[in-house]
Amino acid sequence: MSFLSLEKLNKRYGALVVTDAVSFSVAEGEIVGILGPNGAGKTTLFNLIAGTVRPDSGRVLFKGDDISKNDAALRCKRGISLSFQVPHPFNGMTVFENILVGATFGRATADPETHALQVMELTGMKTKANQLAGSITLLERKRLELARALATAPELLLLDEIAGGLTERECQSLLSAIRDVHSSGVTIIWIEHVVHALLSVAQRLVVLNFGKLIADGNPEAVMNSRDVKSVYLGEDAHV
Amino acid sequence: MITRSTPASRAAAIVALVLFAVLLAAPWWGATSTLRLLGEFMVYLALASLWNLLAGYTGLVSVGQQAFVGLGGYVLVALSMFTGLHPLIAVPIAGLVAVLLAMPVGKLVFRLQGAYFAIGTWVLAEVFRLVAAQVTVMGGGSGISLPATVLKTMAETKFWREAMIYWLALALGAGALALVYGLLRSRIGLALTAIRDSEIASASLGIKIDRVKYAVYVAVAGMTAMVGSLISLQKIRVSPDAAFSVNDWTAFVIFIVVIGGIGTIEGPIVGTIIYFLLREFLADLGSIYLMILGMLAIIIMLVAPKGIWGFITHRWNISLFPTGYRVNFKD
Repeated sequence: MSFLSLEKLNKRYGALVVTDAVSFSVAEGEIVGILGPNGAGKTTLFNLIAGTVRPDSGRVLFKGDDISKNDAALRCKRGISLSFQVPHPFNGMTVFENILVGATFGRATADPETHALQVMELTGMKTKANQLAGSITLLERKRLELARALATAPELLLLDEIAGGLTERECQSLLSAIRDVHSSGVTIIWIEHVVHALLSVAQRLVVLNFGKLIADGNPEAVMNSRDVKSVYLGEDAHV
Repeated sequence: MITRSTPASRAAAIVALVLFAVLLAAPWWGATSTLRLLGEFMVYLALASLWNLLAGYTGLVSVGQQAFVGLGGYVLVALSMFTGLHPLIAVPIAGLVAVLLAMPVGKLVFRLQGAYFAIGTWVLAEVFRLVAAQVTVMGGGSGISLPATVLKTMAETKFWREAMIYWLALALGAGALALVYGLLRSRIGLALTAIRDSEIASASLGIKIDRVKYAVYVAVAGMTAMVGSLISLQKIRVSPDAAFSVNDWTAFVIFIVVIGGIGTIEGPIVGTIIYFLLREFLADLGSIYLMILGMLAIIIMLVAPKGIWGFITHRWNISLFPTGYRVNFKD
């Protein structure tokens, strides 16, 4: 029994096929990186796992249970948490209150306020605690996405492009936060265009193109595979 | 350390308590007309606070709350006429009846969303009105007055009757505010505020949105019906057109919430005060008065979409009824 397994997930918007029979599994404790050009269906795949979008066909199994019919709230309570690519902050609430929502309604068992304070510390949002989420910068809003997702105490964390636009130093501190979260026992799937950041933590890479899974395996092997090179560098590339 | 009150809110609490004590004593210092005006003020304060909870926080823009206002009025009049029940005891029963009815009705209207929900609730309220007009023992289309004998059972003297109806209004007005405030400070309030700001994020953080919305809809229906039963006592009669009036119990209420500030606790209070000021000074103008109200609503929506209170909090960052959390790192 694998931790998460996707079985032939299909999703189309009108004539556009966004995910085309995507299947793969993730083992408990892995960090899996997902790569693919824009429009490859990566974000939709996350939405299908987190329950914010329903597939046309196919199944999602989490720890052996078919959760395909579960809504997003129930999947969160089961331990799946998504950090959105485009942040959806609660603009009228402070940074602390945003995190408190995750700590209160997720699957954390600790006292919500204490837990929210800890998460705020871990993600370096402390100095912004009392600011309205609507008034912080885009980068801070992305960090807040991560903080809220962590506050739900997930077993499986889905990170959707959180390293873009960071300076090298910020990127290093993000990576160390991700390593901390991972070593506390959380399984992570991470979509990222900042390839060097992704490669520094990913144990496995999955590549999507036009909704299809085109590569899956050891990061080095995947990065060197002919299919992946042709997607990123053009059909006739020989590097 | 986390604190939840501010100096402004502690001052507001003291002012509110003093104001409540002064209002409680109104039967002894106010004339009959003053009591009537204050009673009506409380009716609108309660309806506006409840509609704001529904539309401002859960996004359920109902144009059919008059369904429960009218229902409450009819239940009170029927109970006190046919069972001889004391009208004040009929008030909570009217609330209970509305809760029981709102449960299936909610299931029905929740199949609609956004504008369709608004129209659906309105149509449903019209159905309520048409059904009420068919009940011949309640006077059919022309309605019925509360018999003097029923009023006598409330209290022997006119002073005590007026005082009781007024205190009921005060209790419901202050009660609606207290309910909204208490709810918003609770765990459910955290969920409601989150839903107000982003439904998709709320769902993915574990909030069962549909369940929260349904619970709020049903609870608001119950409170709204209690206010409706109070209105029938104030007017000493019910008729389908007046009790289920979309103008009186929903359009003016929406006006109040929109100009006061939707999605804030203070908004409906500010809105009710402005509405009554406008009415006192301009109502003699007839239809021009209504045009002024409409113009004002449009201007506010364009200039300050979050209403007058939204403008004030944005400008000076104050909150009289804080529901939030403030983190202090000094310890």
